[in-house]
Amino acid sequence: MPVRPVSVGQRIKRREDPRLIRGLSSYTDDFKLHGMLHAAFVRSDYAAGKIEKIDASRALARKGVVAVYTFDDLRGKVGRTPCVARPEPGRDAEHPLLADKFVRWVGQPIAVVIAEDRYVARDGALDVSVEITPLPANIDLKRALEPDAPRVYADHKDNIALHIPRSMNPEVEKLFAEADGVVKLELVNQKVAPVSMEGRAVLAHWDEGPQKLTLWTSTQVPHLVKQSVAQCLGLSEIRIRVIAPEVGGGFGAKIPVYAEECLLPWISKQLRRPVKWSETRTENLMGTTHGRGHIHEIEGAYKKTGELLALRGRVISDCGAYPSFFGASIATFTPLMMPGCYRVKAIDVEVVVVYTNTMATDAYRGAGRPEAAYTVERVLDEVAVATGLDAVEVRRRNFIPKSAFPFTTATGAVYDSGDYELSLAKALERFDYPAARAKQAKARAEGKLVGIGVATFTEICGLGPSTGASPIQRTGSWEAGMVRVEPTGNVIITTGVSPHGQGQETAFAQMAADAFGIDGNDVEVLHGDTDVVTHGVGTFGSRGLVVGGTAVHMALEKVKAKASRIAAHLLDAKPDQVTFDGESFRVTGGERKMSFRQVAEAAHLWNVPIPGEEPGLEAVARFEPTGTTFPFGAHFCEVEVDPDTGEVALTRYLAVDDAGKIVNPLLADGQRLGGIIQGLGQAMCEEVVYDESGQLLTATLMDYAMPKAHMFPRIELDTTCTPTHLNPLGAKGIGELGTIGSTPCIVSAVLDALRPRGVKHLDMPLKSERVWRALQEAAR
Amino acid sequence: MKISVTVNGQVQERDVEPRTLLVHFLRENLGLTGTHIGCETTICGACTVHLDGRAVKSCTMFAVQVDGRAVTTVEGLAKDAEHLHPIQTGFWEEHGLQCGYCTPGMIMTTSALLAENANPSEAEIRHAIEGNICRCTGYQQIVNAVQHAARLGKGAR
Repeated sequence: MPVRPVSVGQRIKRREDPRLIRGLSSYTDDFKLHGMLHAAFVRSDYAAGKIEKIDASRALARKGVVAVYTFDDLRGKVGRTPCVARPEPGRDAEHPLLADKFVRWVGQPIAVVIAEDRYVARDGALDVSVEITPLPANIDLKRALEPDAPRVYADHKDNIALHIPRSMNPEVEKLFAEADGVVKLELVNQKVAPVSMEGRAVLAHWDEGPQKLTLWTSTQVPHLVKQSVAQCLGLSEIRIRVIAPEVGGGFGAKIPVYAEECLLPWISKQLRRPVKWSETRTENLMGTTHGRGHIHEIEGAYKKTGELLALRGRVISDCGAYPSFFGASIATFTPLMMPGCYRVKAIDVEVVVVYTNTMATDAYRGAGRPEAAYTVERVLDEVAVATGLDAVEVRRRNFIPKSAFPFTTATGAVYDSGDYELSLAKALERFDYPAARAKQAKARAEGKLVGIGVATFTEICGLGPSTGASPIQRTGSWEAGMVRVEPTGNVIITTGVSPHGQGQETAFAQMAADAFGIDGNDVEVLHGDTDVVTHGVGTFGSRGLVVGGTAVHMALEKVKAKASRIAAHLLDAKPDQVTFDGESFRVTGGERKMSFRQVAEAAHLWNVPIPGEEPGLEAVARFEPTGTTFPFGAHFCEVEVDPDTGEVALTRYLAVDDAGKIVNPLLADGQRLGGIIQGLGQAMCEEVVYDESGQLLTATLMDYAMPKAHMFPRIELDTTCTPTHLNPLGAKGIGELGTIGSTPCIVSAVLDALRPRGVKHLDMPLKSERVWRALQEAAR
Repeated sequence: MKISVTVNGQVQERDVEPRTLLVHFLRENLGLTGTHIGCETTICGACTVHLDGRAVKSCTMFAVQVDGRAVTTVEGLAKDAEHLHPIQTGFWEEHGLQCGYCTPGMIMTTSALLAENANPSEAEIRHAIEGNICRCTGYQQIVNAVQHAARLGKGAR
């Protein structure tokens, strides 16, 4: 039994916070270097067009403007915008750092103005005149697939970036033939903007003396930035140090390595001065990757019993104007996760990723899985309507039973563990489902439009092994962790993940405190600096704790094993006679013991050498997942729709989630609450809107509707705990869970509220106008 | 133009371009980078500071507009790590922040709220932060943070 209180599992407040709540930490834009210049971009006003002429003479004449660059300055000297999920030749697009002859979306960088002052740089950008002959733009996803649609790339035979055809699995057709009925849906999962509160920002400093680039950038993946920039600029990566300082949110949009991150280092090298750029919110909305952007044409075959037999159909995914970093691969997760937590026997879904003249899409909190969960949940709601069964009962009848795990789904995913009945039962009890339905019946009798929504879901986290979750993705799935013990026994941890709000400095310190029986305050956790941290991958896909934390755990265990061997020698015992009791290494059955700090000192003083060991106490570990984890949950909510205005009021929301073992419930709650509201934001108000010519109509936060505090009731949280066997922490990943559950849950509730009025279908976002129109339409 | 502004209790005299935004004056001229820029359109509130005790958004004010007045930024709330403002303690205790980018603005808005209304209801808190956007927390733990600070405030009186 441990003799000191265990830190893991406790609600411990964050060590990151003191510097942040006092405004004393630094995000990229907060850095100021001697001789630093500022960059401002000239961006395309057209969605598609041919660049006839760029005239920078007025800008260059302006006092304070140092240089203006266009693609002609870069031609042959730099590579394409980094991409690790490249479409096949003929469908791939060599996306340049600055527009080369053609522009392909509103916001594409055409030229960059470098000036002594931030304001002068912007003045200079306005001075640059660009003549563009507009070309027909390709905006609508389905239109893009028609043979006569304008092509985003004239030398491509069509607008398709990636196509995974249906397998024409005969089992699917057989199940459809055996079905009692088929539900058919066309669902739009609209394009949304990730909107991290800090936009992207880059500060590049080429130091001519040591021939070294230091690149501060607001990224989730500093190591991938280092590799990508090295490749793009033809530099050795050992000449590049990438630092992700405080990063003000990412949500997937700071995984891609962008043109600006490659361009500023190149410019700094030309001018031998540091150069900084911070995007404006308008640049963020037009030039930072978007998420979702799917249309699903889906059919579900069901039995009268409510059993969902099979799914077939097509996922059309908006690639945007170029293949972003992971962009083209994101939609491949959608069919994979379409079975959700159900025993669907067979699935045959085509994936078509389509170029359009809009901003590129890439990962966004959930990345392909929320789209899958949304669709299968909508299908099950329709099965419930068609069979007359309760929406909860239909889900229950389709659940993969607890006894079936590990379970291989119809799409080949191997689910590690799950107990869907458990989370559902807890949610039903907490929500008091029968009482909620009774209350709804009463409200309906009074003419009120009250609805109850349910979503039961699972998702895929901690991707691995590296042999490939996606056929076209080229990054490793492992993560690195290092533990270095100082002579005092104080500990430094470095991690390849790059937390930006997740709180892993706190979580990893908790793990070290427990491992060595020391105070968490005597542990330092370093990340986000490629000169300090062993090569790693980064933070995305709910992998920070599951993969990054496991690597740290493994390094802690390696150090502990060595410490134990040292202790055994010094205590004159055999290695297998020594155990760690949470505070000291003890000889079994005796009084002899040594604290971790005493061992650390001995390991460094080395005045008693330990045969077969090296001095010092540190270890590096890399965790390569052997499989992926599948956290899950059951969410319920209640809405009331105003029949006169169509306004949706969310009156209750309950989430029962299971992410396996939890290191810090306080942080886990934060991840869940934030994710739930982010998913509700998509369902209720968020939408990237381009007009038919490709103009972006949602280019400021006055036009792009963000979820705000007054829109939501207090979210109720509860958990169940079904650990995974795939990592020693038993943790399944939590960052994206909320976003995946909440979107289908509230749409289910709103449709439940409106069905008595004859409304059968709605697409997100459920803005009052859209809901009002649906009510008017149904009344006709 | 020459302006004289009291910032966090200290008089600062500077020569600024008339078009200099207050937020850039604070961040670049005075080096107070705790105040952040999130939207440039007065929507997100990341740039919120106190002007003569009231919460204002510094991204849509010119520095020259605060000539002769008093500005408090997030750096001015606590004199050191041991003497946090109750609202800062609330954010820390209740996990009211994740990435921390909106946090200074949230803290300035809610500290102004508590100065006016020492015991706000949950609805009043949510209404008060309607002009501050947080993408990470989903707001609930921010509400908890304000309630926590309100409780601490009661203890102090």
